[in-house]
Amino acid sequence: MKALVLSRNIPRFAASRVASILGSGRGAGIGPLQLLDADAPDAPGTDWYPLRPLLSGICGSDLATVDGRTSRYFEDMVSFPFVPGHEVVGILDDGGVDHSGHTLAPGTRAVIEPVLGCAPRHIDPTCTQCGSGHTGLCGNLAIGPLAAGLQTGFCTDTGGGWSTAPLMAHASQLHAVPDALSDQDAVMIEPTACAVHAALSAGITEGDLIAVIGAGTLGLTTIAALHSVVRPSTPCTVVVGAKHARQRQLATSLGADQVVPPDQLSRAVRRSAGSLVLGGRLTEGADVVFDCVGSAASITEALSLVRPRGKVVLVGMPAKVTVDLAPLWHRELTLVGAYAYGSETSPDPGTPDRRSFEVAIDLVGTASLGRLVSALYPLERYEEALAHAGSAGRRGAVKVAFDLRNPKGRTR
Amino acid sequence: MSPRPGFVLEVDHSTPPTLFWHGERFSLEKLPEGSRVIYAPEPIDPLSDPQAAIRHALTHPKGDQEPLPALLFAGMRLTIAFDDISLPLPPMERPDIRQMVIEQVLDMAAEAGVDDVELIVALALHRRMTEPELRHAIGDRIYDAFAPNGLLTQHDAEDPDNLLYLGQTDHGEDVEINKRAAESDLLVYVNINLVAMDGGHKSVATGLASYKSLRHHHNPATMLKSKSFMDQHKSELHTANWRMGRLIRDAGVKVFQIETTLNNDTFPGAFQFLQKREWEWKAKDRLAYVGASKALDRVPARYARQILHSVKAPHRMTSVQAGEVEAVHAITTANVWEQQGVIVEGQTDILTMGLPYISPYNVNSILNPILVACLGLGYFFNLYRNKPLVREGGVLIMTHPTPWEFNPVHHPSYIDFFEQVLSETTDPTEISERYEHGFATDPWYKHLYRTGHAYHGVHPFYMWYWCAHAMEHLGAVIIVGGDPKSVHRLGFRAASTMADALEMARDVVGTSPTLTHLHTPPILMADVQ
Repeated sequence: MKALVLSRNIPRFAASRVASILGSGRGAGIGPLQLLDADAPDAPGTDWYPLRPLLSGICGSDLATVDGRTSRYFEDMVSFPFVPGHEVVGILDDGGVDHSGHTLAPGTRAVIEPVLGCAPRHIDPTCTQCGSGHTGLCGNLAIGPLAAGLQTGFCTDTGGGWSTAPLMAHASQLHAVPDALSDQDAVMIEPTACAVHAALSAGITEGDLIAVIGAGTLGLTTIAALHSVVRPSTPCTVVVGAKHARQRQLATSLGADQVVPPDQLSRAVRRSAGSLVLGGRLTEGADVVFDCVGSAASITEALSLVRPRGKVVLVGMPAKVTVDLAPLWHRELTLVGAYAYGSETSPDPGTPDRRSFEVAIDLVGTASLGRLVSALYPLERYEEALAHAGSAGRRGAVKVAFDLRNPKGRTR
Repeated sequence: MSPRPGFVLEVDHSTPPTLFWHGERFSLEKLPEGSRVIYAPEPIDPLSDPQAAIRHALTHPKGDQEPLPALLFAGMRLTIAFDDISLPLPPMERPDIRQMVIEQVLDMAAEAGVDDVELIVALALHRRMTEPELRHAIGDRIYDAFAPNGLLTQHDAEDPDNLLYLGQTDHGEDVEINKRAAESDLLVYVNINLVAMDGGHKSVATGLASYKSLRHHHNPATMLKSKSFMDQHKSELHTANWRMGRLIRDAGVKVFQIETTLNNDTFPGAFQFLQKREWEWKAKDRLAYVGASKALDRVPARYARQILHSVKAPHRMTSVQAGEVEAVHAITTANVWEQQGVIVEGQTDILTMGLPYISPYNVNSILNPILVACLGLGYFFNLYRNKPLVREGGVLIMTHPTPWEFNPVHHPSYIDFFEQVLSETTDPTEISERYEHGFATDPWYKHLYRTGHAYHGVHPFYMWYWCAHAMEHLGAVIIVGGDPKSVHRLGFRAASTMADALEMARDVVGTSPTLTHLHTPPILMADVQ
């Protein structure tokens, strides 16, 4: 069995960072990522189950890691060497138990909710955040019997999705995949859960004007979440800035009201908001802006698009950026992050709270989000796969994933 | 030698290539044998003494109207409204007709002891004119006497404090016009009639109206019933304006209409070859063509634009008549036809036209893609009487670079219209229903229209509505040499050469089509038999 393994190797990280200047994902060929023989890791406890990956996606945070561009903020929340891959659908060859205590039969397909919070770390009593279901906000990411790691795919003890060898999944992480969902649908559940969490935690109210910056995986799944999860009970208008033609098609098909190229987004928001313009900035603007890019430019744009006292939600993972916060101060804006997932309060009163993953499992089915999986690569072609993922939008792709079902897998 | 009338040339093997405008540039195209080229009449002789003619017109009014001096008295409120930057095209060499007419009106007002006089630019929903443009139109003396004292204003169709609602026509059309004009003892309107569409009741009922009023006739339904809007008697646009004009009259607004016509001497000195018939070009015309086209080809488009927009036309006044609106306009229209009319036998399968750099709405600005469409399908297509030059289901081929380029100061709502509205639909009726209200009431567009030099937010809609009749009539529209992205956004087809365009057109109209080229400018009106 094989796995892509990322080791702590400072010179190689430096080299990959330089290589990434040529394009996102280009650090794979020269950096610390290596394809090695691998076995399943030892189970950290009796409530851990081996999950043999079928498909495992390549996320923006994975690319940043491979390219050595991740914020140093995360340094103490990973343990080397580790097998990346936290967007995983796999098979429980030996069966297991899911997050709610249900037994899963051998051969069950499952996805993992990869955050390694208090439950997988056997911390009892749990922290306040985990206790209230907000596992993504757990602070105990380097505590307990498990090595440091904010998620599966960043922890040396659990293994990860970029492997033909099983990873180890804690019962609290496991969600069975309904038969109706394809493997492609299932591998989209994790990023979709992030989008669901972002959409539901933004405090959208009826009639709001929403702007979405970026239409990669996170942007598109955010649009789907806004359309299918938020909008049925909270009507709102969604305007999207999408760079590439394929992204614009998908954004429209997923329910955006208006989709424009990025350089037209400000004008589109201005029109919808009925705003004036002062010094190139809108005097009014969107009620909520979802920044699904996470760059200095996109954050700056988000701050210019949002109305006074409006909210900017960072969905895309930012790193160290330089941003003029004068508008944030002057217009009393709220800049808030949306990381991972947790327990979601439905916008529909009377509906009980649900895990982000549960909502996401429904959403990938209703919105057919498996169609966002544009290309599958075998592990052996990881350099090509990462380069493809790094230039997905430009190449008409959205989600690129590793196909671990067949060692001689093919690209499609 | 008296000027020659318009002419329809049949192209044969000895016919030299035909000049086509291509925005800020031009080229010579060899048209297929058997094609027709319609040339405008030569410039008719101007009035030998325009000052005397103006004086005569003011003192010998047409229709049921007293001479102007008899209408002027001390203590009265006198308002003089005049046409804006959209006329004439290109802007004429000094002195502008408006200056000549207004100077005489002011002289008579002064003789009568009138001291409450205000001037208003009748710009409807057009952009406000700049100081240099105003000085050019009315002269420094008038500008300096009125503007510093706030007595020269530009009509504001969005200023509720300066609009007066006069009522509804029997067709339910709201009539709301400039309050100062409506409440004056006398409203003198100074018009330049460049094309047959201009003037008449349209001067006041459109030029001094509010959006609330204009929307009743600037809409797709009206345009589809105006065949053409250059032909007053078959134009619903005019019918509506006439209803409104009569309501304005019946409401007690006393209008003294002064209308003028120009000859079609359009280009000065070095550019005169542009208005000559190619087979009559002399050596100096060929040299001028080569020199001008090489020079314009070599400079970036923005400099070519600057050069061409600096050209002032040597237009001269051919008639001036004053008095009651309808009586005046009947004479004016006849005079326009005398200069511009060309009899053309039968329709054509393919109509070609070269689009120049200028239209009524981009003086000193960019002919953006929407204005390209409007100039071709709105204006040039409608330069007919009886029947369109091109048959129903025929093809219109236009030459223009059609860059995806806008002047953000003049045309801010055009950018949004092009980006948002046309990306959704090009159907004028659907556009009207879905988007017009939002653009018309957009506070940012209103602000820019009222305080800057922007066309009103709804203006690009009107440009698109102008195209409605042609869009309904034509089988295809092809733009030669246009930016394909822009052309496709307009809903048209792009061709890189005239030969390609003709090949594409044959797919629509058959393999042996008839072809007619509208050789304009200078402006002509085809009387299609």
